[in-house]
Amino acid sequence: MTNLIILPILIPLFTGVILIFLNKRITAQRVVATISSIGTIIAAGLTVQKVRTDGIQSLNVSSWDAPFGITLVSDMFSALLVLTTSLLAFVCLIYSFKSIGEEREKYYFYAVFNFLLVGVNGAFSTGDIFNLFVFFEVMLMSSYVLLVLGGTKIQLRESIKYLLVNVISSALFVIAVAYLYSVVGTLNMAHISARINEISVNGMPGILSVIAVLFLIVFGLKGAIFPLYFWMPGSYYAPPAPVLALFGALLTKVGVYSITRTYTLFFYHDMDTFGLLSILAILSIVFGVIGAIAYWDIKNIIIYNIIVAVGVILFGISILNTASVTGAVYYLIHDMIIKAALFLLIGIVISITGTSNLRNISGLITRYPGLSWTFFIAALALAGIPPLSGFVGKLLIVQGGVEAESFIGAFITLMSSLLVLFSVMKIFINGFWGKDRRYRGEAKAPVKQLLIAPAILVVISALYGIGSESILPYITQAADTLLDPNIYINAVLKE
Amino acid sequence: MEILMAFVIGILFMSATYLMLSKSLLRIIVGTGLLSHGAHLLILTMGGLKRGAAPILGGNEESYTDPLPQALILTAIVISFGVTAFFLVLAYRSYQELGTDNIEEMRGTEKDD
Repeated sequence: MTNLIILPILIPLFTGVILIFLNKRITAQRVVATISSIGTIIAAGLTVQKVRTDGIQSLNVSSWDAPFGITLVSDMFSALLVLTTSLLAFVCLIYSFKSIGEEREKYYFYAVFNFLLVGVNGAFSTGDIFNLFVFFEVMLMSSYVLLVLGGTKIQLRESIKYLLVNVISSALFVIAVAYLYSVVGTLNMAHISARINEISVNGMPGILSVIAVLFLIVFGLKGAIFPLYFWMPGSYYAPPAPVLALFGALLTKVGVYSITRTYTLFFYHDMDTFGLLSILAILSIVFGVIGAIAYWDIKNIIIYNIIVAVGVILFGISILNTASVTGAVYYLIHDMIIKAALFLLIGIVISITGTSNLRNISGLITRYPGLSWTFFIAALALAGIPPLSGFVGKLLIVQGGVEAESFIGAFITLMSSLLVLFSVMKIFINGFWGKDRRYRGEAKAPVKQLLIAPAILVVISALYGIGSESILPYITQAADTLLDPNIYINAVLKE
Repeated sequence: MEILMAFVIGILFMSATYLMLSKSLLRIIVGTGLLSHGAHLLILTMGGLKRGAAPILGGNEESYTDPLPQALILTAIVISFGVTAFFLVLAYRSYQELGTDNIEEMRGTEKDD
């Protein structure tokens, strides 16, 4: 029982409220947002340490005992994700100081930014399935505003589609929760797991498999798995780079987190649904790679790489053995960091060149060596070249796949690394090498200041890869809880 | 009674799907409204429709109603209210900016701009 775990939700919430009142005073907004962001990182870091030493932390809000009230639960998996989220938020924040523009800053950009973090951190740390829905809505509402803020034609057009897709998936979420409630009669996730365990002695009842697939549709729409990613390339194309980095790194991962949480905690009795998850994950990798290779637009290439990563992570989860789940947790955190870095980097490229079409970009390395080499390292990390951070996660996922004799999936995961490498090297070879060009509006881009943010992320990613040995205990602890739901149930319901 | 509710919910979902497949933005928004109404009624039905006293212990009542679905519906209604309001404003703003409320004319990619 500790109040620490609610701080990463409360700090952004109060900051968001304060920032609304400071809307015309940009410097004050920046200072408040930076301080609160650092505070969130500290709180999240302390939570990780606390979970490491004392095991799973839970907080019964308003002191209603565990199955009856709303419970916040922080196991290692969610604590690590909250920490990563806070780090990314800080980095995206300092990037937006130089790039987002005064108009957006005056119209509540930082306030909505903080409300988005409330939703994301809340979704990671809640232990109540309906509360998860509420935090999803907080997150989505903020994402609608961030997507449309600026009001250009493409933003309005894409916001409508994004909104419609998410309204439908929210309705499905409510329906899935209603069905689940009718079967188990509780909303606390640990309690749901315990009750499903009781009724599944002779295999999981059919209705629960239906609910599992409903959850897969709902979270798959958020997390952009095959075939539910259709909305993503369009919608993510519209917003500016820092928002895109937040969306690409956080929003889809919330979907992945929710699939992982519900499948490992509720539906682990029925391996058929895991089989379905595995097939969809492999197809996500295949179709994501096809998209990433086919496009000549740098934004689209990275956006399709999100789908590949989601597929790889969910493939690891669907195998459900020690190596693969450890790998999936490791890879999930790696991917959040490196995707944010890549989106911020291509944001700089776009601000220099004014275009995202790779055919109109070349020779950036002549005058922007720092940018080019940062991009190069980020690209290698994305593909999983050792010793950078993508390698360990992918290795463990492939190892788990081979152990479980799921050779096709393991092979496709391996092959996808090569093709992902090809897709980002295509950007490097065509955009950074070649003939030096002059671009309109180039002088205005504050490249040096912008480069700080992605450089921080690339350094973190490199450290994450090189220091994987010392990080492994944390990851293993997260994986252990995912593999054995009883740890989670006992920690939440015993107090 | 549950059977009747199931039909009502089914009809709501059916109309919602029909409306959301149309081209006019306003119809789509009405469709999303109906969809969330259907979902809310579904929570109520799934909790079990029963008569009973307010769920406060200490009285002499034989049976109590389940308060949880009601709390869930209240939350879900507020959320869908907020989203619908936002959607309406967004639709109006995009009508001003794009000059159309026809979804068919909103397709396309950045290359058209």
